[in-house]
Amino acid sequence: MYAKTCLIFTVNKLTVSKGLRFRRSPRWKVSWLFVFVALACLPFADLSISTYDPWAELGRLFGGLLQPSLVAIEKPFEALLQTLAFAILGVSSGSLIGFGLAQLFHLRLVRIVCASVRAIHELFWALIFLQIFGLHPLTGLLALGLPYAATFAKVYAEILEEGDRRAYDTIRQSAGPTSAFFYARLPDLWQHFVTYTGYRLECGLRSSAVLGFVGLPTLGYYLSTAFLEGAYAEVWALLILFYLVIASLRYWLRPKLLPLYILIAPFIIANDSEISVDNISRFFTQDIVPLPLRNSEGLSGLWQWFTELFLTEALPGIINTLLLTQIALVLTGLIALIWFPLISRLFFERFGRLLGHLFLVIMRSTPEYILAFILLTLWGPSMLPAVIALALHNGAIIAHLMGRYSNTLSLRVDATAGMNRYAYEVVPRIYNQFLAFLFYRWEIIQRETAILGILGITTLGFYIDSAIQDIRLDRAMVLIAITAALNVCIDSLSHYIRSKLRLSIGSQQISAESRR
Amino acid sequence: MTTLLRRLGISLLISLSLISVSTSVFSAPKTLVFSAIPDQNQSQLVQRFGKVADYLTKTLGVPVKYVPVNSYAAAITAFRNNQVQLAWFGGLSGVRARLLVPDSEAIAQGFEDTQFETYFIAHHSTGLKPSDNFPESIAGKSFTFGSKGSTSGRLMPEFYIREHLGKAPDEAFNLVGFSGNHSRTIALVQSGAYQVGATNYKVWEKELAAGKIDTDKVSVIWKTPTYPDYQWTVRGDVDSVWGDGFKARIKQALLDMKDPALLDAFPRSAFVSASNDDYQPILDTAKEIGLID
Repeated sequence: MYAKTCLIFTVNKLTVSKGLRFRRSPRWKVSWLFVFVALACLPFADLSISTYDPWAELGRLFGGLLQPSLVAIEKPFEALLQTLAFAILGVSSGSLIGFGLAQLFHLRLVRIVCASVRAIHELFWALIFLQIFGLHPLTGLLALGLPYAATFAKVYAEILEEGDRRAYDTIRQSAGPTSAFFYARLPDLWQHFVTYTGYRLECGLRSSAVLGFVGLPTLGYYLSTAFLEGAYAEVWALLILFYLVIASLRYWLRPKLLPLYILIAPFIIANDSEISVDNISRFFTQDIVPLPLRNSEGLSGLWQWFTELFLTEALPGIINTLLLTQIALVLTGLIALIWFPLISRLFFERFGRLLGHLFLVIMRSTPEYILAFILLTLWGPSMLPAVIALALHNGAIIAHLMGRYSNTLSLRVDATAGMNRYAYEVVPRIYNQFLAFLFYRWEIIQRETAILGILGITTLGFYIDSAIQDIRLDRAMVLIAITAALNVCIDSLSHYIRSKLRLSIGSQQISAESRR
Repeated sequence: MTTLLRRLGISLLISLSLISVSTSVFSAPKTLVFSAIPDQNQSQLVQRFGKVADYLTKTLGVPVKYVPVNSYAAAITAFRNNQVQLAWFGGLSGVRARLLVPDSEAIAQGFEDTQFETYFIAHHSTGLKPSDNFPESIAGKSFTFGSKGSTSGRLMPEFYIREHLGKAPDEAFNLVGFSGNHSRTIALVQSGAYQVGATNYKVWEKELAAGKIDTDKVSVIWKTPTYPDYQWTVRGDVDSVWGDGFKARIKQALLDMKDPALLDAFPRSAFVSASNDDYQPILDTAKEIGLID
């Protein structure tokens, strides 16, 4: 009896002191720092609700859900095939190039180039290549392939770095580097590459669909049209079609079938536009040359042009991008913390988890653009729809990862239940991973603010879209470069914080999914 | 596994080369490609403009194809890159395209385009009433344009806003948006998402006739003075590709288009002759408010 009381006492004491230690821990401080930064951002962000009568429009929106229809869309299945073909070709060429670059990733130059290429959203790549290649399929292929190659290079390099080198070192004594690599390294890490590449293909499908918003013949093309027209029956039909493809991915996307798909894909995306060398050279020698230089106004003219552009467009764009990112980041964390129990076996029975899975799949497969569009109708134009859309989408992704991770935990048989289990048993154990996931997505959230700019929220993306619409590519390129630099900064800051706090993601499977 | 990798690599290489081969094979017959700016509802666009393509194919005796685009900039870029040789542009997009493609020419405009107008529309909750003078009380409200590159939905309304309120739109209004197209502008003001908006009068009339507008919720409060708008623009090098006099034949085919089913795609009652000079006022206005350098 005495021994038992004593044991309880020590356990309590342990918990208490652990709690105190946690409170003083750097992770605790950093979390609050980010919360305070977000709170400090709030007064500067326009979060007003301005709609007068959203219910009629919303009624039509959800009325469309009751009777989805593809009748009014001219070629829905062709658009679906285009989406698949661009995704498969873009991701697989990106993966192959990325694999090659991963071998050179120890070179500083390669790392810098990859980071800058990655920092530019696919949509902007598409806008750039549209200027060079027009409607030629190469536009979509490069817009997907280039940023994906850069991401593949980084993650493949990380996988190689984390892998076991002993077999390689042994074989290397009597074999060349190439055969040693193929016999001793690749077999060992193959599964990691396959898992990550498969996961990226799902992202590629989403990206490919979204590229339609800037004019590629994928699902997004028809989605944006249907949205602009308020043809919600078509919107839902297209979205459901897209969810079905994502949900059935594991049934038709087999490594063995991939070569077949890759061979068919070019016939689907081929069209009869031609590449013109004149257009390419014109792009580099005229279009992107700043106007004052084209008019030979010299350096002072250039400086004046740049400062004007910076003060009237870049600076407000940067401020809004950062405000939006920081608020959305913290809200993403909050949503992830609330939602992850939905799919965790520590909290819900099988049936409940099934519903939770369904909910999270829908939230994370719906492109932010569409969430933001719906919320924009509901609340009117302000930063609020963007914040919520980013937080819902990214929160669902992190909740999914956290839920999966929490399933690997084993609690004591007599562990508490309900809120106590949540607050004292589970969250402290996965807080490390939670922060790691969140910091990984920090830069991604910032990159995604770009697409919301095209919707009219005045982030840098808004000004880039305006410059493109005005066919002022010189301005667009400067703004894109500024956006990329900002993303690289956030990426390295996130890297710094992660290594400082020694945040790691844990199991390989989950780590693959958290990197995008 | 390595064989799989090799197979993947090989099929990728084959497929990439197929793209270049297949595209060059398909482009053998010389097809005249035309496009149109996406200024209003785009459903059945291919079908609607497909009929126009059929008409032009028959009249001109060469294959004519319509390519849909989903932004004003994409239409201009396709024209500039010679992926489109003939385009139905708005006033501003036409001026931009012709600046970028020397020798290109405005050849025909809609009958209505000689005297085009922009309607300022307002949600009923603003209490704004129709007037002949510019409604200065719209200052401080929320306002939506159409597309960023539109003449009737952006250029002209912005010009009159600057002229009468003496400020740039984002200073004159509490909030400024770009709806994307004219139909969307009407829908957004009707729902109250924005209090005031500017839209193309032809689109307003078409949607009003189709019963899509609830005039208890949204109404026209001001009409701008008239200005020249939409036109057909053709590249200068079509004669060298399809033979001398081809440009004149395109023009004649457009002027001869009398079938209401075809004209309804635009929607115009007829096409009349036009020239680059007709659009000088648009260019001047665009330069004045800084939309063209």
